[in-house]
Amino acid sequence: MNKYVCDVCGWVYDPEQGLPEEGIKPGTSFEDLPDDFVCPECGVGKEDFSPEE
Amino acid sequence: MNTTLRDKIDWVGYVDWTIRDFHGYTAERGTTYNAYLIRDEKTALIDTVKAPYGQHLLQNISAMTPLHSIDYVVCNHAEPDHAGALSQVMAAMPKAILICDQKCKNALSRHFDTSGWKFQIVKTGDTVSLGDRTLHFIETPMVHWPESMFTYVPEEKLLFSMDAFGQHYASSQRFDDKVPLETLLQEARSYYANIIMPYGKQTAKVLQQMDVLDVEMIAPSHGLILRHHIREMLEAYMDWASFRPKPKVLVIYDTMWGSTGEMAHAILEGASLPGVETKLIYVRGSDHSKIATESLDAAAIAFGSSTLNAGMMPMAAAVLTYLKGLRPLNKAGFAFGSYGWGRGGPEAVDEYMKAMKWEILRDPLKAQFRPTDEILDECRQAGRLLAEKAMELAC
Repeated sequence: MNKYVCDVCGWVYDPEQGLPEEGIKPGTSFEDLPDDFVCPECGVGKEDFSPEE
Repeated sequence: MNTTLRDKIDWVGYVDWTIRDFHGYTAERGTTYNAYLIRDEKTALIDTVKAPYGQHLLQNISAMTPLHSIDYVVCNHAEPDHAGALSQVMAAMPKAILICDQKCKNALSRHFDTSGWKFQIVKTGDTVSLGDRTLHFIETPMVHWPESMFTYVPEEKLLFSMDAFGQHYASSQRFDDKVPLETLLQEARSYYANIIMPYGKQTAKVLQQMDVLDVEMIAPSHGLILRHHIREMLEAYMDWASFRPKPKVLVIYDTMWGSTGEMAHAILEGASLPGVETKLIYVRGSDHSKIATESLDAAAIAFGSSTLNAGMMPMAAAVLTYLKGLRPLNKAGFAFGSYGWGRGGPEAVDEYMKAMKWEILRDPLKAQFRPTDEILDECRQAGRLLAEKAMELAC
């Protein structure tokens, strides 16, 4: 599972960690995040994320 | 007015004495829009001013060097208080190349017709030589916007820090040692709380990056230039960026017919323990930017609202909406308030506190119509709990 980086602020989504404080369990792939997922730092949606190089 | 930072590096900005409402943030002391001119073999303008003051900026520059001789314009931040005069500047400086990062270029192209502008896109680590001096660029995403950037001049140990370390502080002075330190830090704290607070994590990262820089002067985009109190400012920023709480309790409330106000006073009474700073804030007549500033270092907050039409009082809602956006962390608290027949006020406050991920110390403390003596006792006990928690968190 790839990590994804927020293109706007640089925050990284790590699927192994998930985002438990937002109810996203560890092991959730970026693709499986809900459509209304937003970057916890700057608030942009999934479309503004890119796979980490 | 002394505007010289270093030999042939000058402040050319604008002092906005009269502004008070800065997109909702109350700037009690006005502000400045700082722009800087570096004259070397090549000439560079660092940032601009708010659009209405573009002509002042151009006059300040013209007094030092012909506008057509400017080689570079650096845009560290695309927000209109700094980039607003760019269209006037680029039109007046036909030779100038605009230096910024890619995100800044994207943002500028949404604000201006940039089709005729020459850009040089930079990223962290890139440099541009002006002759004896060099511009080093450091991207600082989210301090304060995604495209924000610092420009560092190593030969002068001078850092152009954009919004970081800024203050809304209009003054006839340009340097920190010419104004009272207490006022400077107070304005820096207010600025941090109202502008930078949501980005504490990114600010902490920036402070780490700054560790490796040799800095003797920090030139922010608002307020005084720092040359004597850099250490104090950096220490304050480290505290703020890590949300290090003080043993400080706030009781903030709005009240319809006085019941929630009575509860607030009882909570405050209970919270008044030795070693704990307490403050009672009635949101009507208080400014939300001041409440945000008070919240920055408070460890525990009780927030109350009467129930109005099955919800919060409007000013309570305004303050909480503002606070939630600023994302104050590491806090504990609880909601309180009165109601008549239906529920709504305290429950809505509680939802906001949960959304801000504060530690909720108890269920909302409620009184139907008037607080009884028993409820006021409960308020005093809850206040005590708040104060004890504040001391624990501040350890």
